[in-house]
Amino acid sequence: MHIVVCIKQVPDSGQIRVHPVTNTIMRQGVPTIINPYDLFALEEALRLKDKLGATVTVLTMGPPTAADSLRKALTFGADRAVLLTDRYFAGSDTLATSFALSMALKKVAEEFGKPEIIFTGKQTIDGDTAQVGPGIAKRLDYNQLTYISRIVETDLDGGKITVERRAEGGLQVLETKLPVLITMLEASNEMRRGSIENALIAARADVVTWNAEAVGIEDLTKCGLRGSPTIVKKVFAPTARTEKAEIVEAEGKADARAAALVEAIFAKAPAVESDLLEHAAQHYV
Amino acid sequence: MGEFNKPFDAIVVGAGPSGNAAAYVMAKEGLNVLQIERGEYAGSKNVQGAILYADALEQIIPEFRDEAPLERHVIEQRMWTMDDKSHTGMHYRSDDFNEEKPNRYTILRAQFDKWFSSKVKEAGALVLYETTVTELVRDLSGKVIGVRTDRQGSPIMANVVVLAEGVNGLVGQRSGLRDEVAPESVALAVKEMHFLPRETIEARFNLSGNEGVVIEAMGTITKGMTGTGFLYTNEESISVGIGCIVSDFAETNVTPNELLEAFKNHPSIKPLLADSECKEYAAHLIPEGGYKAIPQLTGAGWIVVGDAGQFVNAVHREGSNLAMTTGRVAAETVVSLTRKREEMTAANLAEYEKRLAQSFVMKDLKKYKGIPELLHKNKGNFFGTYPRLLSQAMQTWFRVDGIDKVSKEKAIFRNFRETRSLWGMMGDAFRVVRAWR
Repeated sequence: MHIVVCIKQVPDSGQIRVHPVTNTIMRQGVPTIINPYDLFALEEALRLKDKLGATVTVLTMGPPTAADSLRKALTFGADRAVLLTDRYFAGSDTLATSFALSMALKKVAEEFGKPEIIFTGKQTIDGDTAQVGPGIAKRLDYNQLTYISRIVETDLDGGKITVERRAEGGLQVLETKLPVLITMLEASNEMRRGSIENALIAARADVVTWNAEAVGIEDLTKCGLRGSPTIVKKVFAPTARTEKAEIVEAEGKADARAAALVEAIFAKAPAVESDLLEHAAQHYV
Repeated sequence: MGEFNKPFDAIVVGAGPSGNAAAYVMAKEGLNVLQIERGEYAGSKNVQGAILYADALEQIIPEFRDEAPLERHVIEQRMWTMDDKSHTGMHYRSDDFNEEKPNRYTILRAQFDKWFSSKVKEAGALVLYETTVTELVRDLSGKVIGVRTDRQGSPIMANVVVLAEGVNGLVGQRSGLRDEVAPESVALAVKEMHFLPRETIEARFNLSGNEGVVIEAMGTITKGMTGTGFLYTNEESISVGIGCIVSDFAETNVTPNELLEAFKNHPSIKPLLADSECKEYAAHLIPEGGYKAIPQLTGAGWIVVGDAGQFVNAVHREGSNLAMTTGRVAAETVVSLTRKREEMTAANLAEYEKRLAQSFVMKDLKKYKGIPELLHKNKGNFFGTYPRLLSQAMQTWFRVDGIDKVSKEKAIFRNFRETRSLWGMMGDAFRVVRAWR
């Protein structure tokens, strides 16, 4: 079985600093990480590899420094890393990204065998769109399973897979035919710590690097900024609120404390008191 | 998996200045080097003021100025003796420091170390991050032949292990090569990064372009403990911090945070930080025991560099340059032994110590070998009484109040004599001179 995991290198949102003077995001010096949702996807792929035997390829599109994230994926136990990088891809929105990645995936299929399963995280933490996974599935004509919380069964001989999908109002158990693209939900598993052998392999590994031409993209207008109908009009920092939250401290039983709280609210906002009195006069007297 | 059993020429534990220097030099000379760093990336765990001394790095990467992330080159050094309200300063500023290849720079370690690490990889070393060396592996004769890590799997073998593991020396300790660092030999320093627009920094410190200022301060700011405060200008931020000997903190029960807050609010420091935004804080241990605290540096299959070897010149606030130099010298020793196909025995590796003895590293540490103990024993005087007396003398001298200068002189000397006896002062002066020589 061949599994491809699509990952993205993102800025570590926990360490992003806003420039105190210009209010812009300071990207320089901000460490990058693998999109945390993608780690659930990678771990799920590695579990299938442990259970059924599989080759796991990790694929990313990004600047040359994204190779760091691929190498890190290898330390967890992935077998091969592919980097799709080209200045023509700069500024890609989800449409252009899913196009470029689907072309790279076709090339992966040619070179290393057609993947039965493509995994991604449910979304990235920098874009938050959750569109790229489904976009790839559509372009490659793969079945798609989004927001998956658990793989129940993988039946390779029967060419089908059963999963649990977290949906509004309940849990769906879905079965579909391979090949399939699965986007994994957070907390569906926990990433392992790779062995020292994996770490050494990763440090030595060559990352397969392809540009637009290498994956057979001829129409460059479908790439990058030119191929992206989404336009970022404005980036702004929200203005800080001036009012501060206040903690009302009160002693005694619950009703005494509730009364103290109500009193504090009325003191701050007399209009609330008069409105309530009016309401009570109309409805309860 | 056979290839994993082939030993590396060298394993370097740690990716700070000393480890990176060692790994870079050995890899550049064609050795098969593995470097293991516990942090997520080089620099993620590393803390320093930080000043980079160009000379030590220039000897390793001559063209570093073209690519390394540097903040400002230092053109002015201010040495302050402080009491609670004042400071007496000696400032040295020179346009000579605006030379083509400046001598000292302020840096941000998280960025600098990352760059240095990228050079190590370019030079051909294999670097593992997020991996902690837990212990050394020895053969039956006791010779170190490899390391075990916190990752699952077999130990990794090497002809020699370079311990660049930093001030605590945990691997060395666990492996029985050294003792725990004594609380008297190590300082705990805390620092904050305050952001300001570069124009504000330049106006406030009288700078232009990439010029920078360094302030080193001592006195009552350390509340009677042995220690110093500092303030460095970076491109768009100011690093401000203070540190004292760990055993002094334990004795006084003063917390490092109180000390830093008081230092930042000192009337001489506060205006320099006005309107800035604190965006980062960090703490680190600094080995300050000097020459006498240096542990055993070499043995069969192992060699110690950088902070792990207590290579810090506390008097001159130098450390990263000693780290890089000891890393380089250790690497050169290993390279020459490897070339001659000699074993990494204790006797052969002792060559490292011979080479160090010839360098500024050991000469400087030896020169000041008496200072840590002297300051420790007389901290009340050096970090309290004398700074206070100096401030009072300055104030008496400069205040114009109708009193004649002869009376002022007499008052100053009386103050000195009454506070600290003539014999006491002469004794301290004698001890300083003796420790300095």
